Amino acid sequence: MPDQKGDKPLENGKKISRRTLLGGAATAAVVLAQTASGKSFQAALTKSELHLLEDPTKVPGVPPGTLGTRSPFEKPVKAPSDISSRTPLQDLFGTITPSDLHFERNHNGVPAIDPAKYELIIHGMVDKPMVFTLADLKRFPSVSRIAFLECSGNYRGAADGKITPQQLCGLTSQSEWTGVKLSTLFREVGVSPKSTWFLAEGGDAAVMTRSVPVEKGWDDAIICYAQNSEAIRPEQGYPVRLFLPGWEGNINVKWLRRIELSDQPFQTRQETSKYTEAIGGGKIRQFSFTIDARSIITYPSYPQKVEKGWIEIRGIAWSGRGKVVRVEVSTDAGKTWKPAELQGPVMDKSHTAFRYLWNWNGQSTEILSRTVDETGYVQPFLKDLLAARGGNMGYHYNPVTAWYIQNDGQVLFKAT
Amino acid sequence: MFCQKVHLMLVSMTKIRVITGVACLLFSLSLTSLQSLTTTKNGGQADTLKYPRTFGFGRTATLKEIAILDTDVRPDGKGLPAGSGKATEGKLVYAAKCSACHGATGVEGPNDQLVTIKNPTDPKVKVRNKTIGNYWPYATTIFDYIKRAMPFNQPGSLTDQEVYNLTAFLLHENGLIKAADIINANTLPKVVMPARDFFVPDDRKDGPEIR
Ligand code: HEC
Repeated sequence: MPDQKGDKPLENGKKISRRTLLGGAATAAVVLAQTASGKSFQAALTKSELHLLEDPTKVPGVPPGTLGTRSPFEKPVKAPSDISSRTPLQDLFGTITPSDLHFERNHNGVPAIDPAKYELIIHGMVDKPMVFTLADLKRFPSVSRIAFLECSGNYRGAADGKITPQQLCGLTSQSEWTGVKLSTLFREVGVSPKSTWFLAEGGDAAVMTRSVPVEKGWDDAIICYAQNSEAIRPEQGYPVRLFLPGWEGNINVKWLRRIELSDQPFQTRQETSKYTEAIGGGKIRQFSFTIDARSIITYPSYPQKVEKGWIEIRGIAWSGRGKVVRVEVSTDAGKTWKPAELQGPVMDKSHTAFRYLWNWNGQSTEILSRTVDETGYVQPFLKDLLAARGGNMGYHYNPVTAWYIQNDGQVLFKAT
Repeated sequence: MFCQKVHLMLVSMTKIRVITGVACLLFSLSLTSLQSLTTTKNGGQADTLKYPRTFGFGRTATLKEIAILDTDVRPDGKGLPAGSGKATEGKLVYAAKCSACHGATGVEGPNDQLVTIKNPTDPKVKVRNKTIGNYWPYATTIFDYIKRAMPFNQPGSLTDQEVYNLTAFLLHENGLIKAADIINANTLPKVVMPARDFFVPDDRKDGPEIR
């Protein structure tokens, strides 16, 4: 028998067994499929084909590819409407949202922007109006931070209780955002000390515009070109977006093309007709940027059905005003509250995972969670918010959400 | 055939390992330099005060390229172009370019209602009855928004003349100006908007109060 050595262990065809042959054939199909589609073969395999791989120890696996893929058994998807698409919060276990599941909200579609032609112009009350290419922006000192991004119109209920966390508040996601601090660019162009507001303008078909206090620009604003280590996704503003930690989604202008420094707000349509809220007494609240503290139990939630016994209640909590310091869980419809365990590290203006171990006795009840942030704010019930805002619903609704668990284990949403 | 594949794979994997090694080195270098720039002031953000006065990246913007992009209009009228418009002219443009989405009289939809209905009785209409006439605080926003974003299917296609005429038309339909009024850079900022006084800046603050 010839010596088998080195990198050609299967070259000897004489003693090939039936099993090796089958394995070889299956593998060839795998390699072919991968070459043809450019994606992994796994995504292309149908469920009926998968029985071929019933014993994965008996066939060589898939060789390394150019892009990773999800298991064909896992199918998390966003929930799109005409104007937005929601993150499947109930399908996620950690706090970083996979980039392709990050929620989306746009005002006239996702533009196609050539990064080689991209430019950011900064002008107005500056010493030196300037233009930066994408390459220019990447040369500046960079900064990364993990933070949530939430649309301020992110609360929905359902009278029949049939609503998932995704439908209820799926317009919040979290990423690691990387870019250049806006303050770095402010210094480069020489922003006038008399400037108090700047206009951020997008290069999409809505030519999105919002006025931002200059103070936020000097503080923690980031001109981002990366999301979770790779280039920002088109839906998130490719190639460059504004990121204002803790502030309502809309003002984090995507596809950013222009910044104009001024000494007054511009009163654009998105900060007057929209993203303002009636708060009673004939008043309309404007420039309400900060996202108030909130939490949501993502497990158990509708449409799940649970069994009597141990249940790890899981969810996420966050605040646009700083860190989450406590999450309290009630398993008796709000009569008593117990602290949940927070998954560290707890970060500023970030989704924070919480857990609470509970032994369900099989009797119908309600489970709730509420966040306390570092400023002492306690997430309110819906009725408290309504009372504070003259009975008006609208933007910036962050109420405690209850899940009603029936005797048979069926979980349903309940407004608080 | 399969054996050759394996062979190639092994070779390329070795290459990858070498490259990764270099990348790791670069990464740790950049981490060190970043650390020297961080402070805890804004949650560990870089402190720009330690930076040189200028990095010299980017180029000076020309007046021409600023003028092309800078179409925004402020409440004081800054940014409004030359020209003027009238409601009677705007009515024609509206019928041709806007009514398909906003309705024959600006209330029917299917898209956003543009004209206020006085004292609606239908509760459904009441809820969505937030329009230019009873909700918009500044008249200049109408010009700015129509010019940049409408018509929705052909954004940015209107002339300044058309936008002035449409602005006059919508102001008139909302009962805010007379049919014969001329809308231009002087008159538009002066149009009195009934909702202006309703608007208050954010009154929420850090702390326990629910607002
Ligand atoms: C193809 C449909 C379509 C056409 C045509 C169209 N619009 Fe619109 N319009 C929309 C949509 C959709 C919105 C809402 C956009 C959003 O919310 O981002 C809108 C919003 C508006 C608004 C803001 C309403 C508010 O209360 O905030 C104004 C004003 C407006 N359109 C004016 C016009 C004018 C004037 C024209 C004609 C030149 C026009 N539109 C043509 C679809 C259209």
